[in-house]
Amino acid sequence: MFRVYLDNNATTPVLPEVMEAMRPCFGEHFGNASSIHHHGQEARAAVDRARESVAQLLGCGASEVVFTSGGTEGDNLAIFGLLRPGDHVITSTIEHHAVLNACKHLQEQGYEVTFVPVDRRGVIDADDLKRLLRPNTKLITIMTTNNETGVIQPVEEIGKIAAEADVYFHTDAVQAAGKVPLDVSRIGCDLLTISGHKFHAPQGVGALYVRKGTQLDPILHGGRHERSRRAGTENVPGIVGLGKAAEIARAGFEHGDDKKMMDLRDRIERELLHIEAAGVNGEGAPRVPNTTNIYFDGIEGEALVIALDLKGLAVSTGAACSSGAIEPSHVLTAMALRPDRAKASIRFSLAKQNVREDVDFTLPLVAETVGRLRALSPLWNSPTRSTVASSKLEARS
Amino acid sequence: MSGGVDSSTVAAMLRAEGRNVIGLTMQLWNQRRLAGREGMPEQVTGRCCSLDDVYDARRVAETLGIPYYVVNHEERFERDVVRPFVQEYLSGRTPIPCSLCNNHLKFDQLLTVARQVGAEQVATGHYAQVVFQGQNGRWLLKRPADRSKDQTYFLFGLTQEQLGRTLFPLGGMTKPEVRELARKHGLVIAEKPDSQEICFVPGGDYKRFLDAYLAEQGEAPLETPGEVVTTDGRVIGEHSGIHNFTVGQRKGLGVATGSPLYVLQINGDTRQVIVGPDEGLYHATLVARRINLISIPELREPMRAAVKIRHRHEPAPATIQRSGPDRIQVTFDQPQRAITPGQAAVFYDGDVVIGGGWIESSC
Repeated sequence: MFRVYLDNNATTPVLPEVMEAMRPCFGEHFGNASSIHHHGQEARAAVDRARESVAQLLGCGASEVVFTSGGTEGDNLAIFGLLRPGDHVITSTIEHHAVLNACKHLQEQGYEVTFVPVDRRGVIDADDLKRLLRPNTKLITIMTTNNETGVIQPVEEIGKIAAEADVYFHTDAVQAAGKVPLDVSRIGCDLLTISGHKFHAPQGVGALYVRKGTQLDPILHGGRHERSRRAGTENVPGIVGLGKAAEIARAGFEHGDDKKMMDLRDRIERELLHIEAAGVNGEGAPRVPNTTNIYFDGIEGEALVIALDLKGLAVSTGAACSSGAIEPSHVLTAMALRPDRAKASIRFSLAKQNVREDVDFTLPLVAETVGRLRALSPLWNSPTRSTVASSKLEARS
Repeated sequence: MSGGVDSSTVAAMLRAEGRNVIGLTMQLWNQRRLAGREGMPEQVTGRCCSLDDVYDARRVAETLGIPYYVVNHEERFERDVVRPFVQEYLSGRTPIPCSLCNNHLKFDQLLTVARQVGAEQVATGHYAQVVFQGQNGRWLLKRPADRSKDQTYFLFGLTQEQLGRTLFPLGGMTKPEVRELARKHGLVIAEKPDSQEICFVPGGDYKRFLDAYLAEQGEAPLETPGEVVTTDGRVIGEHSGIHNFTVGQRKGLGVATGSPLYVLQINGDTRQVIVGPDEGLYHATLVARRINLISIPELREPMRAAVKIRHRHEPAPATIQRSGPDRIQVTFDQPQRAITPGQAAVFYDGDVVIGGGWIESSC
């Protein structure tokens, strides 16, 4: 079956160059980076080269990069590595579960946690956040861009607020890396999480930027790997892949890859909005170039995702729970979307490998499937439907 | 696909026939919700809708090479099955959630999902048969070859439209044959034990479930105590709450008398539990309401039928006749023991299900 993959915010394919760079690590360069002999030295050199490449992507020093197993570990290391009993932390209602549930866990342990809300576009108000500061606030953790909507948060403003208040600032940049240029000094953050598989490195590797001088305790205890910040033998192949992917991402911004992605995304958006009672979640907010989250009133996103998958198009909705069933999106709910509209929303996310033909395939398929689902929908065919359609006009005015 | 032997084997059979099969699991209830509350077990693995079952279903789908999805219907299940289940107990009746689930979820929501994803029919692992009868153009529901697994009692609510789009591939097979087929197809679940109890009530302890659910909902704990009364109106004791009783029950009355006493009737309005000797449990007539007819479009004349009044009851000969709007009166040839309001009365003509309704009263 001809298949098109537009779920790159879930994961991206490993690029052939990345695979090539990793290949020797599974063969002749098999060493443990902690060993003192030749094999160890080879592995150490490969890890250090990757560290420099990641540092260049983030605009930081190589010694400020800690390799992790991915986004969740990076977020957890930042949060649990910094906070102590009695501390207050500020986060948002739209964070990834890696941050949200880490903070909720702390709350259950008796820590003070404040969740800053977002507006209807899905943007945090930095002034709101500033008002939430307390004398014991130790950390602000706010994502750089949201995974479901692609909405970019005012992290530079938040960085300034944190600096003025002398509070640590961590940002989950998992969905920003590779999509928009990142610079830790411009953001003004002390910690920043990235995950390899969101920009063409393999799954199971990521990095946490830790500003020099930050007092961070490890959450995994063992050997003195990663300057005693992350015990455990380095995932050398993964780290090498991450380094290569970082290099490719940086080059991509020079070649205008992000612009190409944005053209495809904008075409999807433009064409699909011709469908009656459809709209973009996060419209009007700054967004990364690869993501669009669109609602089609009167349908169930769950059914649309399944129907599209059976025809060869991979997209997603909300967040999958452990069984794989779909739960209502906490992000769209936080944006005060009507529940039926939150359930009627679908995310399309692109990456480097997507081409015009993918979009050519997507557009008629989505239009036709939405039409078919609406024909079966009691919600869509009810007499009150006119209110559903007209509320779209309100929302867009 | 529940992850059990029956539905897994159905998927394998249809796949072997060369049909285009899509596997679906309905996520209906989150077992973790009530775990540890009001004495509910902490450990919820191996339960319906548990991750273990989804894992099994997914592995079967993978073995068969069919697409597989989990669809979330927790909201509907709670609204249409769990809440009515709780409400029935609070009203002094003994509910059957499986029938509600079949009517509102499996053959309603699931058929909707099927239409949405472009599937023409829904196949399940129920033991029953669907046959199209050309003469009067009706879909018939029939008892399966394996009488010990007969599930038609829980399926009496299916409409013609639903039956017309339903496949019960196990209707002609026995359970051992099904297991054998599962083994032959190399399905990992071939030796998995059958599930018996109500899927969302761990260990079948419905009282504990009611307590836990109401506590979770922030509703007042069950306070339905009242009097234990004899048939001649004599108060002989107090009981802890009507939801603790079902018609025909002997234990737990907390009343000591010379001869054994049974629950004859539960009055939801006065909260009285009426007790008496075993003979008092036998009644020759019942009235059923919210009727669904399958083999006939309507019941004009009184009709002979065999009527089943609970899952483990051998259908008993009776005459059925319309006794009001959406009501049918059943008159048994011989009085039947413990006719229980809240259970279903299902009418059979041999193997064919005529229809059924919910038992309202007996006399």
